[in-house]
Amino acid sequence: MNAVPAIGIRDLTVAYDRVPAVHHLTGAFTPGSLTAIVGPNGAGKSTLLKTIAGLLHPDEGSVALDGGPRERIAYLPQLAEIDRSFPISVLDAVSLGLWREVGLFRTITGEHVKRARAALASVGLDGFETKQVGALSAGQLQRALFARLMLQNASLILLDEPFAAVDERTSADLMGLVEGWHAEGRTVIAVLHDLERVRASFPRTLLMAREPVAWGPTEEVLTAENLRRARYISDGWSDAA
Amino acid sequence: MIYDALIAPFADYGFMRRALIACFALALGGGPIGTFLVLRRMSLMGDAMSHAILPGAAIGFLVAGLSIWSMSAGGLVAGLAVVLLAGLISRATALREDASLAGFYLISLALGVLIVSAKGSNVDLLHVLFGTILSVTDDALLLIASIATLTLVTLAVIYRPLVIECFDPAFLRATTGGGTLWHFVFLVLVVVNLVAGFQALGTLMALGLMMLPAAAARFWAGAVWSLAVLSSVLAFLSGLVGLLVSYNFDLPSGPAIVLTAGVFYVGSIMLGPRDSLRTRYFPRAHFHDQGE
Repeated sequence: MNAVPAIGIRDLTVAYDRVPAVHHLTGAFTPGSLTAIVGPNGAGKSTLLKTIAGLLHPDEGSVALDGGPRERIAYLPQLAEIDRSFPISVLDAVSLGLWREVGLFRTITGEHVKRARAALASVGLDGFETKQVGALSAGQLQRALFARLMLQNASLILLDEPFAAVDERTSADLMGLVEGWHAEGRTVIAVLHDLERVRASFPRTLLMAREPVAWGPTEEVLTAENLRRARYISDGWSDAA
Repeated sequence: MIYDALIAPFADYGFMRRALIACFALALGGGPIGTFLVLRRMSLMGDAMSHAILPGAAIGFLVAGLSIWSMSAGGLVAGLAVVLLAGLISRATALREDASLAGFYLISLALGVLIVSAKGSNVDLLHVLFGTILSVTDDALLLIASIATLTLVTLAVIYRPLVIECFDPAFLRATTGGGTLWHFVFLVLVVVNLVAGFQALGTLMALGLMMLPAAAARFWAGAVWSLAVLSSVLAFLSGLVGLLVSYNFDLPSGPAIVLTAGVFYVGSIMLGPRDSLRTRYFPRAHFHDQGE
């Protein structure tokens, strides 16, 4: 991999009502890297992810995307943002991942359906095609959303707490998919809380508490000293706000 | 006997035929719109928007009397203005969209009643508030039919993003960079359909033929397209049955139509096969590996 940053972040500040959620962050996610973003609640992890995805706009600084914005990004929101009562079949929900190929009007061909079924099968959901999304458990829904990510075929994949509401077996299966994407050379950035999983599977980590605390190889970032400092900074922000 | 009660009213009277055609066109456009209103949890916003139309229609009435075109144009402008203002306010301030919409529609409604009662008679006010489906003119029919056509074509174009925006709005914004556009196009369609409906049912009840069938359909159908089709069918049946009831029992037609839709709605709550009271309190023996 060359050294050109896939995502260059320069002095980024993103604020809600003038209270910064991300404060003066500078750094880069290199192409093909697998990075975990960790930190206390309210540390700006989801905000950073949303800003990279283009859902929020920087108040200061910038996020520079290599390889054209938007086109190559897949973003997995937190499960809570999805309307699970909406009447849509699992196959249709997964097929949303084909949006860039079919857009407003183009037909979903037999080939597309075959790919959608294959994606469902590879997350362990074959036979669920005609079920309603509302009938899925949280773990099954997260598997379906991973199938959708596969169809999006993106070079940059952003995951917001992908394992938050799922059981151990599901998160292990999904982590296998993430490692597969990493092996294919895709850039993957995931917001996580489970430090054991980060230590086991993520080569790089960004530890933040609104401002960056440490960013680099996981074993150098997740030290007791850094974690203590993240908590300390976070508490300081909460008192000020 | 049956012919006299069910067929003759339409065979003998042109105004009944026109009313039936108006119901058909309203059902075609209103069914899918109502379905999306229900799915987007915007039922009460629809109600607010229908009231917001009143001052525009009233001003149109003041300018040109009971002219279908000026009242519709006025209603359209007022409806769009309130929707736009409410959207802008909710984005610029901390007030949520439903609250700012409610604020504007109450101002709008009061203004409308004030204008009509200051200049017109109470009968005029009743016309605007409750509609006159039995005196729908050819012009009004043309307008309603055009709006139904426009609605179906536009919905066909924005169907996919609209579905995605209901189901997973963050995905749509991250993938296309948009979302507000589709939301706004949809709101315009709602206003346009309410303008169509108020000729027939009045501003207070125009939403009835959209909302009640769509809410009823929720207890029968399980996909967006089947919900929309069923809503249209139920809306048309409400129109047909409501007109016959109003003819045979000499009752006002607008309330008869909306009440018929209400009967379908309550019946569906109790008897529908999906999540109705019947399935909740008298469930069939449960079975394993339930297929959808």
